Amino acid sequence: MKVRLLDIAHARSGDKGDTANVGLIALKPEWYAVLSQHVTLDRVVEHFRGVINGGVERFELPNLSALNFLLHGALDGGGTLSLKTDAQGKVYSTALLRLVLDIPDAEARGLGLPEFRGA
Amino acid sequence: MSTPKIVRVAGGQGFWGDSLDAPRQQVTRGPVDYLMLDYLAEVTMSILQKQKERDPNMGYARDFIGAMESVLDAVVNKGVKVIANAGGVNPEACAAAVLEMAAAKGAAGKLKIGVITGDNLLSRIDELIASGHELRNMDTGEPLSVVRDRVVAANAYIGSTPIVEALAKGANVVIVGRSTDTALTMAPLRHEFGWGAEEWDKLAAGIIAGHIIECGAQCSGGNCLHDWRSIEHLEDVGYPIVEATADGTFVVTKHAGTGGRVSVPTVSEQLVYEMGDPHSYITPDVVADFSSIRLAADGENRVRVHSIVGRPATDKLKVSIAYRAGYKAVGSLVYSWPDALEKAQAAERILRERLIRLGLHFEHILTEFVGANATHGRLAGPDAGKDAPEVQFRIGVRDADKKKVERFTREIAPLVLNGPPSVTGFAGGRPKVEEIVAYWPALVDKSVVQTHVEVIS
Repeated sequence: MKVRLLDIAHARSGDKGDTANVGLIALKPEWYAVLSQHVTLDRVVEHFRGVINGGVERFELPNLSALNFLLHGALDGGGTLSLKTDAQGKVYSTALLRLVLDIPDAEARGLGLPEFRGA
Repeated sequence: MSTPKIVRVAGGQGFWGDSLDAPRQQVTRGPVDYLMLDYLAEVTMSILQKQKERDPNMGYARDFIGAMESVLDAVVNKGVKVIANAGGVNPEACAAAVLEMAAAKGAAGKLKIGVITGDNLLSRIDELIASGHELRNMDTGEPLSVVRDRVVAANAYIGSTPIVEALAKGANVVIVGRSTDTALTMAPLRHEFGWGAEEWDKLAAGIIAGHIIECGAQCSGGNCLHDWRSIEHLEDVGYPIVEATADGTFVVTKHAGTGGRVSVPTVSEQLVYEMGDPHSYITPDVVADFSSIRLAADGENRVRVHSIVGRPATDKLKVSIAYRAGYKAVGSLVYSWPDALEKAQAAERILRERLIRLGLHFEHILTEFVGANATHGRLAGPDAGKDAPEVQFRIGVRDADKKKVERFTREIAPLVLNGPPSVTGFAGGRPKVEEIVAYWPALVDKSVVQTHVEVIS
């Protein structure tokens, strides 16, 4: 079953130099397992390929039902050097929420995940 | 049985430019013991340094004087204490301006202002480099000597200790320069509860309380994605308050009757904001572990935060250095339906070709099409911007040569008459050339930074 992050998580992002961070938080505590198992480092690297220039780091925060991602080289130099509209990485959060996961049907139904029927 | 002592710290300013009325609302709409005001972003110090060079009585966050005037009654008559990093590069002048304002309002002698100095390292850079402190850029590893001649400000992020000292000396207003944002909240808790300098878990709790409220309403419903439509009355949003107890647990809340929301999701979003490695949130006072934080709903607009763990602080302080890094300008035009994106893309091709014909090559040039790809790039999908009612063509350049950047700014407006059709949105005129003052984060040994606390009235 296809599941879009926007439908199972919320997020906030910010900056530290040329790095954007995205904190990804499950909408329900029981959905954190979906984030921790399926929103892998490789998946996020692939998602942002061509959008950021550096690597990605991933941290787990089960206590907050959250993951934290550091997206390096994401801000066109960052701070005052950046020419981007989003020089401070404020909306990388919603860019991550576009990610669509493929979840085994039984797992998705068992957790009551909403199915994504878009493109 | 007596009820445990509760200390209320209110956040009234998330950055310089935040709501002018929030500080007054925080001290008038309900009980608070301390008002914490955070004015400094990473590049603010360089702006203040430039102001001080023009006028030796300037160089602090001027908004703070108005904020103090708006809360003066609460400070003088209700015993509310104010802690602010409004001092910038001139905390003494900031304190003098507050005292002058208070005198004019008939409150002379009612304020005891703690002034904390010692964070400003600008005049000591050469001495530090000469004695082996390379001040290497934490991101690139380069030594500061590479940009030494372009440095305009250098300040160590100092911790809670000097603020605690000022409070112990009886200050009811504490003005610091470049302290960490989180120390402004943690210091009054250390002072009130007598937390020792090695009670790592409690200090970490104070830091995390500070992290939650340092961005003002961003933890109480502002900029909250979670169920955002249902967050009511942001026009009257309540700024956050921490109600702390001596054991290091605290509740995040806001005044009754205010708008916005304090909930586990709103606090969670703020906790992950600007987070690096969550296991090691490094501050001058303690290394806090965000993976230890437990949140629990505790009634309407109340979230209880507990079980926080901290580890010993490092022997370094972070230094915020600002240096001149060339010039930039950003211009834009708006193209309308039909074929808005295609017209904007044609304008870009024409402009770039003209720049090449003029012999203008820049260190960096960036184009965005607002309405199609500016915020999410290719993630917006192949159809993004197609058939859009309008698309903004936005182009910026950066270069060490100011003349080249100025010449670029003259090439935008002509496109209105000599480029693709159905174009508007140029009323703002030629783009402004800005000098770039960039940020250079570094570390320095704690032992080289001596803070000084003076209480004046």
